[in-house]
Amino acid sequence: MSTSQAHTEAHTAPSADQPQRPPGQSARQPDSATARRRHSKPITDKKHLRKYLLVMSLLTVLAIAVTVGIMTYDNPAEFGSRGWWLIAGMRRDSLLTIAVVTLCHTMATIAFQTAVNNRIITPGIMGFGSLYTAIQTGFVYIFGAAGVTMLVGVPQFFLQMIVMLLLATGLYTWLLSGKFSNIHIMLLIGVVIGGTLASLSNFMQRMLTPSEFDVLTAQLFGNISNARAEYLPYAIPIALLVTVVLWLRSSKLNVMALGKTTALNLGVNYKRELIGILALVSILISMATALIGPMMFLGFLTAMLAYQFADTYSHRMLFPMGFLFGYTILAGGYFILRHLWDAGGAVTVIVELIGGTVFLIFILRKGRL
Amino acid sequence: MITLNEVQKDYSDSVQIGPVTTEIESGGITALVGPNGAGKSTILTMMGRLLDLDHGTIEVAGHDVVKTPSRTIAKILSVLRQENHFVTRLTVRQLVGFGRFPHSGGRLTLGDEKYISEAIDFLDLTDLEHRYLDQLSGGQRQRAYVAMVLAQQTDYVLLDEPLNNLDMQHAVQMMKQLRRAADDLGRTIVIVLHDINFAAHYSDRIMAMKNGQVIKHGTPEEIMQNQVLSEIFNTDITVIEGPSGPLAVYY
Repeated sequence: MSTSQAHTEAHTAPSADQPQRPPGQSARQPDSATARRRHSKPITDKKHLRKYLLVMSLLTVLAIAVTVGIMTYDNPAEFGSRGWWLIAGMRRDSLLTIAVVTLCHTMATIAFQTAVNNRIITPGIMGFGSLYTAIQTGFVYIFGAAGVTMLVGVPQFFLQMIVMLLLATGLYTWLLSGKFSNIHIMLLIGVVIGGTLASLSNFMQRMLTPSEFDVLTAQLFGNISNARAEYLPYAIPIALLVTVVLWLRSSKLNVMALGKTTALNLGVNYKRELIGILALVSILISMATALIGPMMFLGFLTAMLAYQFADTYSHRMLFPMGFLFGYTILAGGYFILRHLWDAGGAVTVIVELIGGTVFLIFILRKGRL
Repeated sequence: MITLNEVQKDYSDSVQIGPVTTEIESGGITALVGPNGAGKSTILTMMGRLLDLDHGTIEVAGHDVVKTPSRTIAKILSVLRQENHFVTRLTVRQLVGFGRFPHSGGRLTLGDEKYISEAIDFLDLTDLEHRYLDQLSGGQRQRAYVAMVLAQQTDYVLLDEPLNNLDMQHAVQMMKQLRRAADDLGRTIVIVLHDINFAAHYSDRIMAMKNGQVIKHGTPEEIMQNQVLSEIFNTDITVIEGPSGPLAVYY
């Protein structure tokens, strides 16, 4: 085929996103394409590489700035004194919580969206958040305001995590190995279970006294200060371990993202890989939820931003960028709200609000996911 | 050689494909033809181990496709289905590069890059290799998918209706390229086709299916007979002598 034909027929592809493409990519001349060394790496050309590195370094600088800001800004005690270190230690725990939660949500969401081949849904659809809400509400309903404190402690943390893990694992091993063997049915059932649990919680919440309800509500929003420092020694190694496992599976994840038939054709044991990824995802999400409560949007936002800015199939490039985005946004929001505006509890609420807005702007501007 | 032994797929009590027992020789192009619902795609996807068998065995070059590890099969046989949609944004070259996954495990060597370039050049995609798939037309995209399975360097290539949605020019081009892949690269190609004339002209053997059974399996000359075709397709078909071989007329 001649090149002129090739160029004219390319316009049958959706042209809506043509104007937004950086100049040089669509107007590239064929001879310059062959002149370059031919390779198939996840980064297509120098321009792409520059963009990736620029975003990464910008995010790193911002992340460091925010970290330093939170650690040092407006510490009322005298520098170097015991009080100063005490306060700095508390702030350090908050930062670690933010990092762990971001890591969990980012890794889990990207891996999940790859496994189920859909970039609109998040692992939250499996009903983690609703189950958490139901557990918390159930305790307050039965034991009154004391129920909230009964759920504090390392064993309770693990217990909540395990209950969520069991729900998710049961759901997909049953549904993916049984006769359904269909991701969409699994997701639908996840949604239905989530909806049922949410209505149950809602019903119980209506029977609470206003004061109990007030105590409960504070627990139900994802809140950094829900996490207690004693959870961290357990949460950090688990999160890191799962992250390493996912990282090592990156090249398989890249193939899984091509869908079931292509992955099978390329020799990936699809079902085993799928169940493996979903198991890792549920560990991450159930832990993050047990740590600070449900966050619907964080993972979605970081994954979306990583896809947009990294613009590559390679999970080894998506994961770190997603994490840096998440950390910068969450820690940045925490810094501004807590230290500048003095409104600590609402960080995650604000993040979800900003996340939603950013998402809408992006989709409307770019026209594709 | 692909050997099918009592292969069967049960969709429901009344709908069942098979049992099919047949052999597909190595080398050349074998076309699977037949009316809708005859079981062509079912048989093809079962050969490509994308669909589980309810009964029987399939062996490709002596390897049982169900029992052999998927990774091993992926070096012997590649399969391409009709509908391909990716959530990831890929360039043509990146997509073709994935064809090397069974060999490279995701770490592309210089040797892999060579095979990728060859597959891209073979399908005339050289000028388009750095385009994103969503910037291509349907025909170009189809060629990119075929380039991916060719880069996989397997002896057996199974294609499920690769001419779907292609216009005349691109359909002919695709068939010529597949013909070359069979002749020059020595691949064994099994292809589901709807157009009997395409099958007659480009393939070495035609396997005709109807109601879940293989009813005829032979050279194009043996299949291109009024009576045989009319029986396969439930339509009155007249075979006339065209400028380049027999043509089925059925309008």
